[in-house]
Amino acid sequence: MYRIVRKKVLNSSVIMMDIEAPYVARKAQAGQFIILRADSEGERIPLTVAGYDREEGTVKIIFQTVGASTMKLGALSEGDFIPDFAGPLGRATETEGLKKVAVVGGGVGCAIALPVAEKLHSEGCEVHSIIGFRNRDLVILEDEFRACSDKLIMVTDDGSYGEKGVVTSPLKALIDSGEKYDRIIAIGPLVMMKFVVATAKPYGIPTVVSMNPIMIDGTGMCGGCRLTVGGKTKFACVDGPEFDGYLVDFDEAMERSTMYHSHEAAEREKVCNLFKQN
Amino acid sequence: MANMKNTKNPMPTLDAKLRASCFDEVATGYDEATALDEAARCLNCKKPLCVDGCPVKIHIPEFISKVKEGDFEGAYQIINQSSSLPAVCGRVCPQETQCESKCIRGIKGEPVGIGRLERFVADWHNTYCAEAPVKPEANGHKVAVVGSGPSGLTCAGDLAKLGYSVTVFEALHTAGGVLVYGIPEFRLPKAIVAKEVETLRALGVDIKTNIIIGKTLTIDELFEEGYEAVFVGSGAGLPRFMGIPGESLKGVYSANEFLTRSNLMKAYRDGSATPIMKAKKVAVVGGGNVAMDAARTALRLGADKVYIVYRRSLDELPARREEVEHAMEEGIEFKLLTNPTKILGYRNEEDKRDPMNGFVCGMECVEMELGEPDEGGRRSPIVKEGSEFVLDVDCVIMSIGTSPNPLIKDTTDGLDVNRRGGIIVEEETGLTSRDGVYAGGDAVTGAATVILAMGAGKTAAKAIHEKING
Repeated sequence: MYRIVRKKVLNSSVIMMDIEAPYVARKAQAGQFIILRADSEGERIPLTVAGYDREEGTVKIIFQTVGASTMKLGALSEGDFIPDFAGPLGRATETEGLKKVAVVGGGVGCAIALPVAEKLHSEGCEVHSIIGFRNRDLVILEDEFRACSDKLIMVTDDGSYGEKGVVTSPLKALIDSGEKYDRIIAIGPLVMMKFVVATAKPYGIPTVVSMNPIMIDGTGMCGGCRLTVGGKTKFACVDGPEFDGYLVDFDEAMERSTMYHSHEAAEREKVCNLFKQN
Repeated sequence: MANMKNTKNPMPTLDAKLRASCFDEVATGYDEATALDEAARCLNCKKPLCVDGCPVKIHIPEFISKVKEGDFEGAYQIINQSSSLPAVCGRVCPQETQCESKCIRGIKGEPVGIGRLERFVADWHNTYCAEAPVKPEANGHKVAVVGSGPSGLTCAGDLAKLGYSVTVFEALHTAGGVLVYGIPEFRLPKAIVAKEVETLRALGVDIKTNIIIGKTLTIDELFEEGYEAVFVGSGAGLPRFMGIPGESLKGVYSANEFLTRSNLMKAYRDGSATPIMKAKKVAVVGGGNVAMDAARTALRLGADKVYIVYRRSLDELPARREEVEHAMEEGIEFKLLTNPTKILGYRNEEDKRDPMNGFVCGMECVEMELGEPDEGGRRSPIVKEGSEFVLDVDCVIMSIGTSPNPLIKDTTDGLDVNRRGGIIVEEETGLTSRDGVYAGGDAVTGAATVILAMGAGKTAAKAIHEKING
C-alpha cells in the first residue's frame, strides 16, 4: 500500500499528490512515468512523474480528473492509501549536452514539462518556457516555471492571462527574433504537440514530444500503447514515452486515443452520479 | 484388474451453447467414480515412458496407483514432490504431446487420461485438505525470482521447500503472470491460481508486486541486497504484429492486450472500470493456444461470429487439441490456409467527425497452399494467385507471437541474448552468461507452454541449490 502524503488542488480539475513509494522515488527521473491503481478494482492509470523527493521517498503526480478513474483518485485524501504504484517506467528525458532549450507545455502537460525544465536548468542549460492554458483559472505551476526558466511566456486561449492565442505563436516569434535553440521539448495535448512540430520543422530545430497513449501494463507486455514512429511500430512504455516529434504519426495517435470515448463518457457519468449522491 | 477399455473416460464439459455465453470453467472434471475407473486403465509399467514425457518428471504410475487405492491425498503428495502447480498443469498442459503421447495404452487405443487424473487429484486436495503446508526450516540463503508466472513460481516453490528464503518480484499488481493475465477464467479459474500462490506463501515465499526488475531495481542491485542467486522468469514480451496496413486502426488488438483487459483487468465483468471492445464479428490471426483463448473470449463477450485465421492447415495448428475441439464445438469458424494482407478501416470522407471513422470494417485475406517441407520438416505456406477476398469483421486480434521484453537485458551488463532477444542459458542448468543469474520460460524460449516454463524453473532451482549448497 502507498500513502498519499500530501494533496493539493491546483485548479478546478487538476490535483497534485505526493505518494510514498521509496523504491520508485529512488530511481525516478524527469520524462518517466508510473502506473497506479486508485482502488483494488480500478484501472491501471499511467501518469508521468511530476517530481520526486529521494530523501522523503515520495513521488509527485499531477493529474486532471477527466475520467472515472482519475475522479476516484482525486476523491482520496491525505493519509489515504492506494493499493498499487509501480515504476519508474519508460526512458528518462535526454538532456546531455543541451545548451539552450525551449520547453513548451500545454494544460496539465505542464506538470510533466516542469521536471524537464528543472532538470535542464539545474544542468546549466538556458531554458525558455512557453506554457499555455485555456484560461486564467486553469493556470498551474507558474511560480515553479518562473524559478527554473530564463524566460517564461504565459499563454491563454482566451487572453484572460498572458498572451492570447496558442503556444506556437510565441514559439515562432522567439525563433524569428533570433533565439537559437538546440532542441524544443513539447508536452501537452496531441494536437498541440503536432503543431509545435509543424512550427519547428521549417527551422530544422530538433523537437522531442512526450506521448501518452492508452496503456495497460506499461511494462512491455500488452502492446496497447503502440505508435507509428518513422514508419515503424514503437511502444510508448518501453521505447518512449518521449519520441522524435518529426517522426511521430500524430493523426493516427489522435484517432487511436478516441477508441473508448463512449465507454469513458458512460463511466464518468456513473462516478459523477455516485459522488453527487454522497 | 486393469480396466482394458480402449478409450479414455471423457472429460465432462458444460454444454457448448451455455458455456459460449459465460466465463464458467468449460471442463468440469472427473468425479471419484470416473477417476477410479480411469486410474484402473494404467498398467503401472515397469519402465514408465510417461514420466520421460513430463517436463517436470512427475512420478505418474505412483500417483495413479494411489488413486486406484482411493488414497487421493497420497496421490497429491506424490505429484507435489515434482510439481508446484498441479491444479494448473492438470488443466493447461498439452498432455497429448507429453506424458500421454508415451503411454503404452495409446498404441492400441487412447492413452490413460493422466492430465485429467492429475487435475482430479489436485482439485480433491484443494477441496478436502485445507491445511497449509509446513514451512520448512530456513537454510539461511536468499534467492530472488523475477516474475511470478509458471517458471518463477515453480523455481520459488522448489527452493522454498529446500529452506531458501525466496523473494518473488512481480511487475503487475497480481501474482501469477500469464496464468492471471493470459489464460482465461473459463480454462483456468483465477481462484485456482490464487490458491496455488497462497500455498507458496505458506511455504514462506515472499511475493512483492509492483516491482519491475530492470526499472525499479536492477539485477545488480538484487545482488547488492544480498541475494545469492537470481532466477529470471520474466516471460514473453512485446506482441508481434504482421506489418500489414491497418494494424493501428481502432479495433485491432494484440492477443496480449485483449486477454489482459479481459482476464487481469476483469473487463469481462459488467461494471468493470477497464473497457474492452464488444465486437460483433472478430478475426483472430494465429493458431496457438493464445489465439484459441482470444477467440473464445471474444465469443463470450458477445460476438456473433468469430474466425480463427491461420495460414497453415489443421494438422499444423499448434494449439492444444482439446482447445481446438472446444473452440469448434462453440461455433468458432476456422479459416485455415488463409493469411491477412490488409486491415480495412471505415472512413466517412464527408463527415470527419463520424465516430466510426478509423474503426476496423474488414480484413483483406489471401488463400494459401502448403509447399514442400522446409529443413525443419514444416511445410511453408505459399500464396494462391488471385485468391484475394475480404472477411467482414469489426475487430482483429493479432496472436502471432511475442518478442522478448528488453527491460532486463538493457539494464544487465554481461547478460547475453540471442538474435531474437531471448536470454541464452545452459540447457542443463538454466545458467546465463552472468554468474549467479539463471533464466527460464518464455524469456528464454519465446512463447511456449506453461509446463515447459515450469520445467525450466525446476531445472534452475536444482542448479541454484547445487551452486549454493553443493
